[in-house]
Amino acid sequence: MKGYRKYFTRKILWFLITLVSAVILNFILPRLMPGDPIASIVSKIGGAGSNNPAATQAMYEHYQNAFGLDKPVIQQFFIYVKNLLRGDFGLSFSRYPIPVSEVIGNALPWTIGLQFPAIIVGWFLGNILGALAAYIRKGFDKVLMPAMLFLGGVPAFGMAIILLVIFGIGLQWFPFQGGYPPGMIPHMSWKFFAGIISHYHLPFWSIVLISVGGQSLGMRSMSIYELNADYVKYSRYMGIKDRKIVGYVFRNAMLPQITGLALSIGTMISGAMVAEIVFSYPGLGTTLLQGIRENDYPLISASTFIITLMVLTTVFILDIIYGLIDPRIKASQYE
Amino acid sequence: MKNTLRQVFRPGKFLAGFIIFAFILLLTVLYPLFNPGDPLAMIGLNNFTKPGTYVSVYDSLNVNRTFVFKLPDAAEKRIGSKLFPEDRETIKDYLTRLGLPEDSIDIDDTHDLMALWWNNYDPANQIGKTIAERRAYTALDNKLAGIFVSEDLEVLQYDPGTDEYVRKKMVTENDYVNVGDVANTIWLPLGTDNFGADMLKKLVSAIGTSLLIGLIAGVVATMIGLLLGLLAGYLGGIADDVIMFFTNLFTVIPGFILLILISYSIDQSRRGATTVAIVIGLTSWVWTTRSVRAQVISLRNRDHVNLSKLSGHSLPRIVVGDILPYIASYVVMAFILQISSAILAEAGLSMLGLGPKTTDTATLGLVMEWSIMKSAAHISGAWWAYYPVIIVIALISFSLNLMNTGLDQIFNPQLRD
Repeated sequence: MKGYRKYFTRKILWFLITLVSAVILNFILPRLMPGDPIASIVSKIGGAGSNNPAATQAMYEHYQNAFGLDKPVIQQFFIYVKNLLRGDFGLSFSRYPIPVSEVIGNALPWTIGLQFPAIIVGWFLGNILGALAAYIRKGFDKVLMPAMLFLGGVPAFGMAIILLVIFGIGLQWFPFQGGYPPGMIPHMSWKFFAGIISHYHLPFWSIVLISVGGQSLGMRSMSIYELNADYVKYSRYMGIKDRKIVGYVFRNAMLPQITGLALSIGTMISGAMVAEIVFSYPGLGTTLLQGIRENDYPLISASTFIITLMVLTTVFILDIIYGLIDPRIKASQYE
Repeated sequence: MKNTLRQVFRPGKFLAGFIIFAFILLLTVLYPLFNPGDPLAMIGLNNFTKPGTYVSVYDSLNVNRTFVFKLPDAAEKRIGSKLFPEDRETIKDYLTRLGLPEDSIDIDDTHDLMALWWNNYDPANQIGKTIAERRAYTALDNKLAGIFVSEDLEVLQYDPGTDEYVRKKMVTENDYVNVGDVANTIWLPLGTDNFGADMLKKLVSAIGTSLLIGLIAGVVATMIGLLLGLLAGYLGGIADDVIMFFTNLFTVIPGFILLILISYSIDQSRRGATTVAIVIGLTSWVWTTRSVRAQVISLRNRDHVNLSKLSGHSLPRIVVGDILPYIASYVVMAFILQISSAILAEAGLSMLGLGPKTTDTATLGLVMEWSIMKSAAHISGAWWAYYPVIIVIALISFSLNLMNTGLDQIFNPQLRD
């Protein structure tokens, strides 16, 4: 247990460090940029109607006060952190007076419910295909590998558009707008649930297909490495059955794939967010887009923070899983 | 060196990727020579005109030399260009709703069908559930008016002096002009976009800009990654710890999110393609740093490096002469991947509305944003406005990844067949 404790403590510490860094970046990046953010917000909100200097001035002071920008930066940062800890992201500009936390809270379950199952399914399918390609080689590999390379190169939103046009508009198999039937208010019923499922297909499969492309290539290389390893040759000389060796090989090749998933999860979630937008899926991606379109700065800041938090948490969980299933991790902590 | 190049270009993945990439690159260089002019010029006044050759009606009527052809299927084609198969279904649908027995309607017999339609269609008789449906029937009726007429057309010309129309010529159904004689024709292989700009021309110019963005971002990222990786790997100690802390940090904090935050903070008027490229480069150096550092650590204590140190060579000389040649292949591979991921990042960023400013250049991402986000080409069926762009992005990415895998197989012998 001692080895685990050390490993977990280190991982928890690292999670906290990355989290704090993410908070600092989220706070500091928009403030580092040249120009006066409040002036730009006021001019964007005011638009054509802001030719009354007194009103503009009042608006300017209001936002300066609301963001606490008249205080020193360090103090601003602590106010920001304090609000974050209470889950207070301020009020949304575009949906005033709804608090940002409520907008995010409504979007988050959709994103988590869509992206995580899709990424996991894509990861499994990709690993199986990659392992098969490495084991069979020959014709299967010759066809599969370029196909997967091509699939991995299609941008996530591109895949979303292709599926939407073919299966949504062309064949009309599935609805392609929103996360549930239009006109329905989210509630608990079989009918609503069936609506969710039918709206789920297209965004889900577009994310799965994209993940399959990238993951299968990683698994293929890992499996080829393992198949060429000395222990495989040794096992063959010992006369161990091929099937058993393949079992060992794939278990060993799967492990680095968990790290691979941890390393690529940020890119995958970002890509899937843009795919969400294509389907107007009511998740964080669409919320972020709305924030950008309507210059709703508190909404953007909260969305990017929550997405970062999602990625960091996933990486953390994957690290823990990796530690639990790979005994070498535990052993290495005794050094 | 020569041998390495020969090995790299041996038929295989690298060569295939290289050929695809070179073809795309050549297209961006050569196409503007054949079709010069501003790629964003709005030559058309319609949204999303479909691909094809457009012939000026005015000029074709003004062509002096006309020819006579008697083609057996001309009349049939003329009818077919107005009465589509789905229109036949619509007519049948209307007639059955009126109460005509279904088996009395033969949708393949054009003359019978049209006779039935003209006898039965009545604009006052509001069949159809929705206004849209009723309007569709009216539009169909207007479209089909005179479908069988084959009488000559008279061309009149307005004379402003006398304020009268003067008869210019008669056009019969068998008159033809040579397209080469028509003064103005325009070939739009991919139609136009929502602004009426030539889609192919815009796409080619967008590919050029996007490749440039990829190149700049790749160079920036590779430079930073190489420098940090060399420092961390060669110096070790505190420098290594500090650099690796930041590298690990930016490995888990998603670069795309940083990209969104930075891009949003830069005012749109100042967000040129170069700025976006540099910002992408600034957020994507971690992979180069990691692989360079790992390589340098394994090289650091090799004999030839130690010998170089003992000979009193300076640090830059050791790095350039004794370390860089060994890691060059990894740097090139990382650089290739960075180009492709930068192009994808720009496209994603533009879809969110945070791409380069829209007025002076087109990028692949911006073209997608205009087609999909701003004017919903995918809903209205304008496939030429988005499919080619997706395919081009995928092809660029595919060719670069293919080149990368090819190189990987050469420099990582374990992956060889």
